[in-house]
Amino acid sequence: MTSTPYLLPPMYDEFRAVARTVAEKELGPRAAEVDERGGFPHDNYATLVAAGLHAPGIPEEYGGDGVDAIAAAIAVEEVARVCASSSTVQTSNKLGVVPLLLAGTAEQRQRYLPEVAAGEALLAYAISEREAGSDVAAMRCRAVADGDDWVLDGVKTWITSAGVARYLIVFAVTDPEAGSRGISAFVVHADDAGISYGEPERKMGLKGSVTREVYFDDCRIPGDRLLGERGKGMRLALGTLDHTRVSVGAQALGIAQGALDAAVDYVRERRQFGRAVAEFQGVQFMLADMATKVESARQMVYAAGARSHARSADLTYFGAAAKCLASDVAMAVTTDAVQLLGGYGYTKDFPVERMMRDAKITQIYEGTNQIQRIVMARQLLRTR
Amino acid sequence: MALRIVVCVKYVPGATGDRRFADDLTVDRDDVDGLLSELDEYAVEQALQIAEARDDAEVTVLTVGPEDAEDALRKALSMGADKAVHVEDDDLHGSDVMGTSLVLAKAIEKTGYDLVIAGMASTDGAAGVVPALLAERLGVPQVTLLSEVSVGDGVVRGRRDGDAATEQLEASLPAVVSVTDQSGEARYPSFMGIMAAKKKPVESLDLDDLDIEAEEVGLEGAWTKVDEAAERPARTAGTVVTDEGAGGKELAEFLAGQKFV
Amino acid sequence: MAEVLVYVDHVDGAVRKPTLELLTLARRIGEPVAVALGAGAADTAAELAEHGATRVLTADAPEFADYLVVPKVDALQAAYEAVQPAAVLVPPPAEGKEIAARLAVRIKSGIITDAVDLEAGEEGPVATQSAFAASYTTKSRITQGTPVITVKPNSAAVEAAPAAGAVEALSVSFSPGATGTKVTARTPRESSGRPELTEAAIVVSAGRGVNGDFAVVEALADSLGAAVGASRAAVDAGWYPHAHQVGQTGKSVSPQLYIASGISGAIQHRAGMQTSKTIVAINKDAEAPIFDLVDYGVVGDLFEVVPQLTEEINTRKG
Repeated sequence: MTSTPYLLPPMYDEFRAVARTVAEKELGPRAAEVDERGGFPHDNYATLVAAGLHAPGIPEEYGGDGVDAIAAAIAVEEVARVCASSSTVQTSNKLGVVPLLLAGTAEQRQRYLPEVAAGEALLAYAISEREAGSDVAAMRCRAVADGDDWVLDGVKTWITSAGVARYLIVFAVTDPEAGSRGISAFVVHADDAGISYGEPERKMGLKGSVTREVYFDDCRIPGDRLLGERGKGMRLALGTLDHTRVSVGAQALGIAQGALDAAVDYVRERRQFGRAVAEFQGVQFMLADMATKVESARQMVYAAGARSHARSADLTYFGAAAKCLASDVAMAVTTDAVQLLGGYGYTKDFPVERMMRDAKITQIYEGTNQIQRIVMARQLLRTR
Repeated sequence: MALRIVVCVKYVPGATGDRRFADDLTVDRDDVDGLLSELDEYAVEQALQIAEARDDAEVTVLTVGPEDAEDALRKALSMGADKAVHVEDDDLHGSDVMGTSLVLAKAIEKTGYDLVIAGMASTDGAAGVVPALLAERLGVPQVTLLSEVSVGDGVVRGRRDGDAATEQLEASLPAVVSVTDQSGEARYPSFMGIMAAKKKPVESLDLDDLDIEAEEVGLEGAWTKVDEAAERPARTAGTVVTDEGAGGKELAEFLAGQKFV
Repeated sequence: MAEVLVYVDHVDGAVRKPTLELLTLARRIGEPVAVALGAGAADTAAELAEHGATRVLTADAPEFADYLVVPKVDALQAAYEAVQPAAVLVPPPAEGKEIAARLAVRIKSGIITDAVDLEAGEEGPVATQSAFAASYTTKSRITQGTPVITVKPNSAAVEAAPAAGAVEALSVSFSPGATGTKVTARTPRESSGRPELTEAAIVVSAGRGVNGDFAVVEALADSLGAAVGASRAAVDAGWYPHAHQVGQTGKSVSPQLYIASGISGAIQHRAGMQTSKTIVAINKDAEAPIFDLVDYGVVGDLFEVVPQLTEEINTRKG
């Protein structure tokens, strides 16, 4: 009996089983400690590398696993379900891999991707600035040509994995008069002279990931570090986000699932008024709504993943929709999960308060959900 | 000289599934999610480690079981085994250890081997005698219940942690080896391994291919018979007593009744 | 009456308890004829006779110590051919199962392993086994050849039943395969301390109720060969290392037997142990939530109940 095309083939269950086993056995038990300790989780990074989960989706020709965007999303989802901080390793890498695949020369791809696939190098993505968040084209970081080299000056903000990443994809203004067409992308090495980092941000959540400013002071890089065509940086950035929104959506989805699972387990055990709290309709209605939201988000993320893999024309809409929906769902579901765990949910003894703190950023980074809605609306208004 | 390693694995019902007996008093395996027996993962791991230490080894994973047993083979292939052999035949239903070991032995001989590696027991039957039976049937040395194993110069060596003593063992190949859960953590399959497994060959065999008559195996051919299977009653609310001076002794009595003492 | 071969597990002539239990079971189906091999075999006769052995066949040869399993199979087969018994019973440990299995193939007989009880039946001995993590018991018998049955420890009481126990030499000629696996070194086992917490079959835990003193709980653990666990309260108070903490923010365990002493059983702790197969608790407070989980609970002072329990267990172990 053949299955309908709508259900994922069994191979994806195998991917999930492997990722879940690693996540539950190795990452989950340390999640609270990673959150408490703060900073980049080197031990979890090593675990992800050993299990081959740190950068899913890199093509086989560069030493990667060659899996499609849905399998890669599942890898992120399962890790985020137990430790969202650890999943930033995967999303951080993806933000660096996609631009290289979209715009890198054969040499550039050969130069960087195998190291990432082997777990020897982590990637970071540096586009935001203090005065250029949603309005990314307003960035001021400059890249001035000097002979065959480029010299970078400026400050980038909110850079995940800064200080740990070996290579950073950096967007800078190469033609100040040309507006959004004057921005180019570069591959900067952490050991290039003229780079320094700010103090780690003290965040609400995702504490087991490091976020810092990156300062470029007269940072000179050779010409072969230009990524893609000069002036096509914005195009590359937006094209990248189309794909990476699937990952962030998967991350948010994982967080939501983790919170839902914790809530279901708890209400089965907790007894009040002589019975399990799970027997109360009010609780059951909450759970049903939470589960519906999570599954809808899942379907959206995988639908976007499929389009990412196929490079479909409607990927822009789906990527934005998946990220927006999944992150809103994560925030709602984690909040409900804390509510269902009551007083205990408010303490660090149980994971849901961490999940709620972790969920919030998914509504903000990779384009705020307000920007996502603008992207979606533009797509909708264009096609009719 | 090429080293041909055959790993015997079993597909077993998940421990959290609802396990029960069917009407013919065989294990009811329908509707239960199965998996590669955890103890066999150690066998696959050791086989892979031995193979990785040299460049002329080939690891074949073998199972006797119904159609679903292929999942066990696929997991082993995802971990890194090179090829798989699946013996499947309706007449095998209800086989006891004698029947199963006969089928395995014939399949091992047909595949060709220098070293057979098995787990120490199955998680659903836990007889733990199949490796010894294989050695007897194949007429080769058994080096079993090892917590450490290595192969070199046509000799297999290992450490066996018995009840009374720890022994260092040695035998010439070909031989049958079994490894315990102390032999080293089994690796997780990687996504790459799962993708690669799809391209690896899986050979299907039935009783005819092995020259075994249906009467020698299966429920009818079994040399043991289960006469009855009774479910133990579910955990009822427990007994709580107040200590009046003999509380410890009474508790000991309870524990003895549960065969803990 | 038919004779039943009983394989003897001994260390230099000291017979191990499961073999004596086996003699009790053997007497239900026939006259026990013991087979003792290796160094000190002849010294086992007296004790075997006291517990029912009518004859004791002995053999000693360097092969029994120098090579794995097969020489013993050869010897047991020789005994089988000489005695033509109605059944062959073999005690644990693991080596016993291997010997039994290989003999069964050679004499073309069925084998039943890990029996927990044995009784005579119309069509031959009937063995009781436990299946699926003890949720089922089955009764089985052998339908071909001479029943070969291995029995788990603690399956029968050791009973005195004085019998002749006449010692006879067993002549054994070893098969070509007897020297297949050489034992190149042997070190007797020393006790390695307690089992690892998450793998142990029995876990004995203590909480706030022990007031800092884990000695009483450790003694109980040692009498059961158990691992020691601690509640979060005990660990936070510095009474036991965090590595032994059981609960939401500690380790999760699911042993065959979990004994909780002085632990109230709040949801925090329960999360780490509630899938244990058998749960026992001792606590001063009759309202402690842990008693909702137990198969057996004792409301009382753990400093009285636990030592009494430990002593009783040690007495029974003999």
